Order: sequence, then C-alpha cells, then structure tokens
Amino acid sequence: MSDLTVDTPVQPRSNAGRQKPLNGVNLVRFKKITQVGIKSIFSHGLRSMLTVLGIVIGVAAVIAMLAVSEGASYEAQQQFRDLGASNILLKSVKPAEVEENSRQGFGPPQAVVYGLTNADITTIRDTIPGVSNVISSRIVKKNVWNLGINTNTDVVGTTVDYPVSRNYNLRAGRFFSQAEVRDHANVVVLSDEVANALFPIDNPIGQSIKIDSDYYNVVGIMESEGFSNLGQSQAGSSNAAPSRIFIPFTASKSRFGETTMRQTAGGMESETVELHEAIIQIEGQESVIEVGEIIEQILQRRHKEVDYEIEVPLALLRQAEESALRDQIVAGAIAGISLLVGGIGIMNIMLASVTERTREIGIRRAMGAKKRDIITQFLVEAVILSGVGGVIGVVLGVVIPIIISIFWGMTTIVTPIAPILAFSISAMIGVIFGIYPSMRAADMDPVEALRHE
Amino acid sequence: MTALDMQFKESASRHALAGSNVVARVEGIRKTYYMGSLAVEVLHGISLDFYSGDYVSIMGPSGCGKSTLMNILGCLDQPTEGKYYLGDEDTSTMEDDELSTIRGARLGFIFQSYNLIQQLNVLENIEMPLFYQGYAEVESHEIAMSLAERVGLGDRVDHKPFELSGGQQQRVAIARALAVDPLIILADEPTGNLDSKSGSEILDLFDELHAQGKTLLTVTHSDELAERSMREIKLRDGEIESDERLNS
Repeated sequence: MSDLTVDTPVQPRSNAGRQKPLNGVNLVRFKKITQVGIKSIFSHGLRSMLTVLGIVIGVAAVIAMLAVSEGASYEAQQQFRDLGASNILLKSVKPAEVEENSRQGFGPPQAVVYGLTNADITTIRDTIPGVSNVISSRIVKKNVWNLGINTNTDVVGTTVDYPVSRNYNLRAGRFFSQAEVRDHANVVVLSDEVANALFPIDNPIGQSIKIDSDYYNVVGIMESEGFSNLGQSQAGSSNAAPSRIFIPFTASKSRFGETTMRQTAGGMESETVELHEAIIQIEGQESVIEVGEIIEQILQRRHKEVDYEIEVPLALLRQAEESALRDQIVAGAIAGISLLVGGIGIMNIMLASVTERTREIGIRRAMGAKKRDIITQFLVEAVILSGVGGVIGVVLGVVIPIIISIFWGMTTIVTPIAPILAFSISAMIGVIFGIYPSMRAADMDPVEALRHE
Repeated sequence: MTALDMQFKESASRHALAGSNVVARVEGIRKTYYMGSLAVEVLHGISLDFYSGDYVSIMGPSGCGKSTLMNILGCLDQPTEGKYYLGDEDTSTMEDDELSTIRGARLGFIFQSYNLIQQLNVLENIEMPLFYQGYAEVESHEIAMSLAERVGLGDRVDHKPFELSGGQQQRVAIARALAVDPLIILADEPTGNLDSKSGSEILDLFDELHAQGKTLLTVTHSDELAERSMREIKLRDGEIESDERLNS
C-alpha cells in the first residue's frame, strides 16, 4: 500500500539524542550482561558451586599430575646425571657359567680370572680419540677396624680424579693426592656411613683405621648421597648405596694384590681381577654414545666371554627422558579427561538452566533482546563458571604438589606452562560447552517461551 | 506536573500528527498453523487500523484467535499472509533482529501473569527494556525511578517480585511497559490474575495513561475493562464479529 506512508506518517522516534548505538561491541552493555550472569549464578548458589567443582577438580588434577610426573622424571634423570653425562662406565662381572659353578661349590678348586684388564684400558685410552681421562678402580671387600669397632665395606682403590668424575663431594678433609697415589701411601677417605660406624663420637680425620694388618690415615669424608652402584643403576635401585671407603689405587694393588682367596663348600677358590671399575671420561657429550659403541666393540674383540658391563649414562638419560615424556602424556590425558567431564557438567547445568529459565528468555526477547543478547548472557555465565573454576583449580593445582612434597617427600615440579595450559583449557571448555545451550536458548520461539510454565 | 507527565504529553503530540493518527495497521492478516499434515487457519484475513491515543479492547471466546492476533501485533509472531505496519514500518518482512529492535523500541508488554524476572528487583525489572535499547545506566536509572514513583512503588524499588502483591507486580509490569515510551502498550488479560479491587486499581491506572494520550491495546475477557475502553473489537472464529466505538 503506497498511500500508507501518506496516510499514516507516524514519525520515527526522534529521541536520537538520548539513545546509544545498538550495534557493535558496547562495553556498558557487555558489563550489564555480565552482571546479569553473575546474579543468576549467585541465585543458584549450590548448583553453581557443584558445577565449578567439576572444573576445579579437573584443572587442579591436570596441574598436580603434571607436577608429580615432572618431579618423578626429574628425579630419575638426576640419578643418571649423577653418574656423569660425559662418562662411560665399565665394570667387571663374573661370567655367568663360572658364577654358577662356584655357587654350587662342586668341581675342582677353581682359579678364576676375569674382568677388565689394564691392557684394555690402555688400548681404549690410546686408540679412541676423545677419551680425556680414565679412572680405574679396584674394589675389595674388607673388614675395617677402629680399635674394637669394625664394619664390612667395599675398599675402593682408585685415582685422584674419582670424586670429580662421579660428582661426589667431600664433607670434610680432602681426597688423597697424586703424590700419595705415587707413593702407595696408606691414606683413606671414608664415606659418611663408614665414618659414623667407626667413629661414633670422635672426629675421624687424622685418626687411623686398620684394614688387614695395615693402618691407614683418615684424610677425608665423602658425602654418600648420590652413590650409585655401577651396574645396578637403573632408576630406583640406586638407593642401595654401598658404604665405601677410598684408598689410592697403588696402595690397594700392593696391599691386597689382584687375587682374592675364598673358602667355599668344596675347597678354596681364587679370583683374579685386575680392575673392577673404570670410568672413561669423554670430551664433549655429543660423541659419548658413539664412543660407547666403539668401546663395546673393542672389548668384544679382546674378551672371549662377556665378563664386563658397559653403561652409558647419557643413553640411559635419553631413555629416561623418553619414558618420562610418555608418563606425562598419560598423566595429562587422564587429567584432561576429568577436565572434559567437568566441561560436560557445565553444559549439563547450562542446559538445565536454559529449560528452567525459558520464561525469562521469552520475557527478555519480548522486551527487545536480540538472539545474540541471549547467547551472550548464557555464554558469559558459562565462561564465568569455568573461569572461576579455573582460577580456584590453578591455586589448588599449585598448592597440592607443595603439600605432596612436604608430606611424602616426593619431588614435584610445577612448570609455568601447566597452569597456563590448564586455565586456558578450562576457559575454552566454558566457551565450547556454553555455546550449544546458549544457542538453544536464543533459538526459542518467543511466543512459546512466554507460554512456558 | 512532573517531568514524566511532560514526557507523556510530548509523546502524545509526537505520535498524533496532524491529519492522520494511525499508529498500527493490519491488512488481510491470515495465520495458519501446521500440525503435521493438518493445516489450521486461525485468522482468516483480518484488517484493522489502530489510532494514536486510543484505548482498544479485543474480546472473544477462547480459540477465536485473539491471542494469535496479539502475538502478531506484538511482533512476537509473523503472519502467514498479509501485512502489518507499525508506525511507518512494514514488519511482515522483517528479520528476527529487526523484530527484536522494534519490540524493544516501540512496544510495551503487559501480561496476565506479570512476567517479571524473579532474580531482579523492581527497579532492575523496569530498567530491562531500556538496557536492550542501549540507554546509559544513569539515565535508565532515572527513568525507572520516576516510573516506579509514577505507579506508586517508589518506596519498593529494591524489592524482589515475590515480595510484592499481584497488583503491585502488575504495576511494576506497567512501569516496565512504559519505560521506552512505546507507540503502543499491549496488554494481554492484564486483570486476569487479580482480585477485583486490585484489578480496578490497574484499570484506573490504564484510564490515567489513556488520559495522558498513551495508546492501549488490550485482550480481555473482562467486561469491566471492555466497558472502560473506547473501542471494543469482538472476534469470533478468526474473523471480526463487531467493531464498535464506546463512550463517545
């Protein structure tokens, strides 16, 4: 009807002066909608709290689980790092067949010769470039005496570089010197345990201890923390740190010789071992794994039987890192699932809220609310719920690992990425699981919504 | 005379321009509902003009289509056929967003069951339409405050709806309907849930609004309301049965 405009020239409202623009992002409007959301969250206190709880648990679990697994892997890696990342460790082992015979005690008296030899070490040192130092050790089990007190321990004959190569620290005194090694001097460095066992009251430094028939001067005490038994140093088993004392390599050789005699059920048995342990230090970590393979080939050629063990801490470290990553992925996935469940909880609550507030949606639509106003209102609500849950979750997630550390003594590490990741996931969950209910709310027919009881 | 009275006077003169004063017009409105394969036509081509400052009551038995007509007049529903002009705009071709805007800016709704939002207090309920029109907070506060006083609830603005009687709640709803100074106030059974005393109070308020030049459109079963109105339209089976002017 063209004449309608003539007929009914009702003027559009001329209140332009007091009306704000309706389109675009309006901060005041957004603030108002946020207030509406907060109000409705508080008017359903218990329900909102339970919803938030789902997210809190999810976020806290993600952070705490990652912190615990990160701490565990750090601990495992630390053990290998203690062995020295640029070291290769060699150890003599009794060949399996000989071991079996001697345990049964049958057969003729044996004179067993096995293990690493000085010639092996010389070959390794002279033929492989990149080997900067080799520290050889002999280990003999002995009873050690201070007057009437005695203890059984490993007596390690070694060279001056030993503590440095294994990252061991001296608690008191000093390690023996190059001159003392040259002179076959009777000096000894005790480990903490042995020092405590033999000198429960006195300061051991400057005192003497007796091994077999010889007296040794105590010059230092070694921290026993970080000791790890070569050949058993898979993660977790190294806590059985042997109590050890250290004397110059030369002294060990001249006092105890290379052959040990042992009484067995069937008679006497002698064991001859030149070297029990050797630490091969490599210049630079890049070639450690490669050099390790070369050493293994050399030893294979020189030994008929496998009477040695070779261990490359760096290779083990890599393995530990890989398995740590796997653990973290598993832990993260489990925690992620709980976060997802929390998100579904939010969606569930939002859907219930949409149904319950159908009437309100109808009223708001009648009063001029656009679909996007309704969407914003419900979305803001979902995001606030998950945001608050996220914040509380992050706080808990940081506190829980600290509590675990204090009460269970586990190492836990909260990396900064974990809270950030967990919080952004929870915020995203708020948006993703809020969208569907809010769309449903907005798509309601206003007439139907108003009629809803 | 309060500032608000001035506003009412002003708006009355604004809408009722010289020459013509039609604020809304429906032309050949048909509405068909589909229930499965069954098509039910509820309105069979209704044409009506509504004048500025008029006080109209639409009556009829249940199922005569008066609710459907009301929903279309309220821009809550679109006719299947026909045109609906509100002010100078054709609403029958509008998108959802435009309909929302026009509802918020040009129409005021009063419902039988008040339809206040329970979490919001009186003032916030009155402010709601203003909020969707993008009014500044200070200004919408002022308007809502003076409207609350206007309907006699100035001392109850921070009460929640459940703390008020039915009559008081309906007065809040009337204040809310007046907030944006609409072209038409649509009232669907405004006294249906009220006892006769509060009902008459509401009708007194309607008389006042009418006296101030507001355009009132009511759907009702109440004879009292119909008698007080200026024009009575009777619907029967989706058609206009009668349309007469009362009381001069």
